[in-house]
Amino acid sequence: MSLVQFNRTLYRSGPAALSWPRQVRAGWWYQLKMQAQSGFVVMVSLVQPLIFASIAMADQQAGNRTLPLLYYALGAGIMGIWSTVVFGCGGALSWQRHQGMLEPLVMVPAPLVVVLLGITLGTASVGLYSMGATLLWGWLVFGAHIHLVDPLAFVLAAVVMIVALGLLGLVMGSSFVLYRNADALSNALEYPVWLVCGLVVPLSLLPGWTHYLAYILAPTWGIESMRSAALGGDPWVAMLWCVVASLVYLGLGIVLVGNVERLARAHATLNFQ
Amino acid sequence: MSTARPLSGEPAIDVADLRRTYRTTTGTLRRHRLEIEAVRGVTLRVEPGELFGLLGPNGAGKTTIIRVLCTLLLPTSGQVRVLGMDVVERPRDVRRQIGYVFGGDRGLYDRLSALDNLRYFADLYALEPRMQRKRINEVLDLVGLQGRGTERVEGFSRGMRQRLHLARGLLHDPPVLFFDEPTIGVDPVGAREVRQVVADLARAGKTILLTTHYMFEADSLCDRIAVIAQGQIVAEGTPQQLKAGVTARTVVEIEAYGVPEQTVARIRELPEVEAVTIEVRDQAQLLTVQASEGSQLTGRLLQLLEGVRVERIAAREPTLEDAYVALVTAG
Repeated sequence: MSLVQFNRTLYRSGPAALSWPRQVRAGWWYQLKMQAQSGFVVMVSLVQPLIFASIAMADQQAGNRTLPLLYYALGAGIMGIWSTVVFGCGGALSWQRHQGMLEPLVMVPAPLVVVLLGITLGTASVGLYSMGATLLWGWLVFGAHIHLVDPLAFVLAAVVMIVALGLLGLVMGSSFVLYRNADALSNALEYPVWLVCGLVVPLSLLPGWTHYLAYILAPTWGIESMRSAALGGDPWVAMLWCVVASLVYLGLGIVLVGNVERLARAHATLNFQ
Repeated sequence: MSTARPLSGEPAIDVADLRRTYRTTTGTLRRHRLEIEAVRGVTLRVEPGELFGLLGPNGAGKTTIIRVLCTLLLPTSGQVRVLGMDVVERPRDVRRQIGYVFGGDRGLYDRLSALDNLRYFADLYALEPRMQRKRINEVLDLVGLQGRGTERVEGFSRGMRQRLHLARGLLHDPPVLFFDEPTIGVDPVGAREVRQVVADLARAGKTILLTTHYMFEADSLCDRIAVIAQGQIVAEGTPQQLKAGVTARTVVEIEAYGVPEQTVARIRELPEVEAVTIEVRDQAQLLTVQASEGSQLTGRLLQLLEGVRVERIAAREPTLEDAYVALVTAG
């Protein structure tokens, strides 16, 4: 066998970019498979949202809140998705490093952004546990009327939001590749985003300056479109903004991950030691 | 497809004056910047189809060199090429042509099956989807994991994990392979199987760079060896050439119990003694003393070991390990 007569028929023919969708799908699927088996991830995505959903719905039943129970169930569900994304993206990449997986993942010929995108999308998808759990909890325990005004738009809004959060996770994930302890940041990011995006209290109750922050965060538009699809209203404008935010995150992610990979190779932060 | 064919006469691996410095900080309140020069001007060439060994103690810089070659670290200075491609300028092209197999428990998804681990990487290496199943079965068969593919990796023994590492490294059939202590922690039977696979790959024409602590492994497998100490190559040649460097020596092995440190120090101070190593074997200690050729050491050593229980003392032929010890302890 000569030096480079490796089996070229093994490789997919055509431009490398043709393989990217399959690579993202593989990352998404195996990440989802692993995270769905993780007791910690399931706890994060189930227990906390159920507690918040219970408080909000009990408060509503006590007459202190006027919006339908479904409104609060959805809010708590998205809180859970966000928690899964912040813990998942930080935790998952730290875990990959701890497991010695970050180096093999960086070493593949696929662009790192493609590899990380699959991982963050898979992580965000695990957050759907939260949505399902809070809706079921609201229906079973609080008798919430789960009637979706536009089910198709609701499902589409959920998918768009999961993708948007996965992409936001990609932007955050780039710092997790560069800094070994960056996952500590995930704790600090959880509550502020809940607040700023109107998941805990309506945006109108927050100071004006926070609205600008809210507008650049996908969960704001995600919850808006999902609530509109579920409770009545126009979900499409919010969904469109969610798509726009996703594209911005994707662009940012591509630029950041490319630079971060080079910096991580320079600073030797890919391995666990 | 990248153009990976090297020019005629070009080495498969070409490292020229490689330096790699790590920057770190120490202290809690007063932070001090620290620079550690892990690799200090290493130059080496590995020819196509050659099995090249990199030997050295922990912290000598072996893994740093492999990581630079695998595009996981950027060199601080110097030039590093694999199949003629610069690892800094063309990392993605290099990655298609190399496989990296490292030792240890990490580096696999424990919650996934062996098959899923390989399927994921088959996609990441952009293997033709129709070829993936066949290729995965081939590599599982090659490393002796056929029939175990559906089992989760968390239930695998160290040896099975190592074989799965190997399977993943071979998945895309790369022409250049890097093995970083592939038999570390593997039981003797498993280690022999791993060595057999490495030897088969070398026979199949792969270019292999191997790091190992086991001298007999390097001796039996490698065409050429470079000994690295404190970030620099201190010797390079075939195993026979390296051994020839110490054939002009006398080696005495002493198996004893409770040898005091002062006694070892006094042995080291003997003018003809070149190197002394101590290996602990259960309750006993194995002292290996290297001295200049023709030294009549035995009597004097026994004198120095008076009061110590000596089980065995014998002179023997120098081995590659003796050459290694002499090289890494010199200067």
